[in-house]
Amino acid sequence: MAVAAARELRDCEVVFVGIGLPNLACNLARATHAPSLVLIYESGAVGATPERLPLSIGDPALVTGALMVCGMADVFQCFLQNGRIEVGFLGGAQVDRWGNINTTVIGDYAHPKVRLPGSGGAAEIAIHAKRTLIVSRLTPRAFPADVDFITSPGHRSRGGTRRELGMPGAGPLKVITDKGILEPDESGELVLTQLYPGMSLEQARSSVGWPLRAHDPLETCAPPTTRDIDLLRNELDPKRLFLGAAAA
Amino acid sequence: MSGKVCTMRDAIAQHVHDGDTVVIEGFTHLICFAAAHEIIRQRRRNLTLCRLTPDLVADQMIAAGCVSTLVFSWAGNPGAGSLHAFRRAVESGQPPLALDEYSHFGMVARLSAGAARLPFWPLKDYMGTDIPTANDRIRSVQCPYTGESLATVPALNPDVTIVHAQRADALGNTQVWGLVGTQKEAAFASSRVIVVVEELVDEAMIRQDPNRTIVPGLIVDAVVVEPWGAHPSYAQGYYDRDNDFYVDWEVISRDPAKLNAYLDEWVFGVPDRAAYLVRLPTLRDRLTADERVCAGVNYGY
Repeated sequence: MAVAAARELRDCEVVFVGIGLPNLACNLARATHAPSLVLIYESGAVGATPERLPLSIGDPALVTGALMVCGMADVFQCFLQNGRIEVGFLGGAQVDRWGNINTTVIGDYAHPKVRLPGSGGAAEIAIHAKRTLIVSRLTPRAFPADVDFITSPGHRSRGGTRRELGMPGAGPLKVITDKGILEPDESGELVLTQLYPGMSLEQARSSVGWPLRAHDPLETCAPPTTRDIDLLRNELDPKRLFLGAAAA
Repeated sequence: MSGKVCTMRDAIAQHVHDGDTVVIEGFTHLICFAAAHEIIRQRRRNLTLCRLTPDLVADQMIAAGCVSTLVFSWAGNPGAGSLHAFRRAVESGQPPLALDEYSHFGMVARLSAGAARLPFWPLKDYMGTDIPTANDRIRSVQCPYTGESLATVPALNPDVTIVHAQRADALGNTQVWGLVGTQKEAAFASSRVIVVVEELVDEAMIRQDPNRTIVPGLIVDAVVVEPWGAHPSYAQGYYDRDNDFYVDWEVISRDPAKLNAYLDEWVFGVPDRAAYLVRLPTLRDRLTADERVCAGVNYGY
């Protein structure tokens, strides 16, 4: 997933980075094809070049050697609302067929079965970033037909389409999972467009809560290069803090 | 050098009262655990605690029964797991906890309005999300110039804001570097301000580098000198975050008995931060920051 996400980033792009796999993907992209990627963290670090894998989005290593450190009002007003963020990474407990994300509650808001952390900056990143990338493992629990609570809007939420609701950004253009990649069709519904080597369409279909449509012909993702794997395992995440045992 | 300098015990006793709205800011960086622990020790009740990221500090205050309302935008243990005392309170009502929930931009906007003494702050946000359906204080206004609809959040004007910082002088002129979060807005929004610093410095040191000052002494009520007062959070240039403790918190907070034992040992079991540090003899070796000193600037004219 980290490799597939890294490939989505183009050199010199301005990326709003989240913690975990997105952070790994951004640093892999920086070490390979996108050395001039500008990493912005909601904590206020702009143009960060972390010398160690940051454990949180407020890690002190994001500050040392950054181009700028600003207050959070500047992050959200002067960068995000200003339209300066080209790519935003999002993830969450639930993603639905329209790319809406829930990081707030499982169950009812007032009496939740599971209380999740909430939005953080995700709602406004989903609204303002020129495009977003969702990174999540593809499982039936994580991909229901409808989310319990829309924290971060995708292509079609309860009020209508992104355009009808006046959202500046284009929304989630790729959903990167551990089985393949989903993309929205013209209506905004997520459709399987690429499978990883060794994964079947049936495996992907049985992992989502709606009748998942697939591109015909379905592309197969190129596997990670040995250099990608070497960088991830030996330089970027040697302690395997974010790479699972089977990842990369 | 006396000025506004006092002990943490006196600062909390004098400026934090039952029922107050309290901001303890710091985005991962400079979270004032020393003040939170003193609030717990003094058994404050019915606080409205405001933080963008409630973090372990809020989990401890909720478990200790200090908090009746939480105003927030992301309640988790960053990079390590959940806040289980917070989750128990929300999922099973033990202890009861009212929520006033926004996104980060919403919280930042609330503090910006508070600092500017405006009743609300407009922002382009919340379209398509369910957050306003969960919180009717998120509303909208029609722009008088363009006619477009803008989301609004109400000003947040706390009774007291606690800012942790690297250094201040005795009058509370406070300098911060590294991540500055929303500390400036929170301080200006507040009726009272307590500044807690790693180091007390002469006014001349502040005047050498005035661009570094984020909170001026004229809005500060108390200055507390508390080295390592942000541990297990960090202070850029002083000490790193104690990530091991953040990971351990997942296990501690999951079990109410373990959490109570933690509070008994590390909060109620010590009179102050100095005594807490005596019990952590390896902290300096493990976490003291490396030197990365900048060259400085010429303020001449």
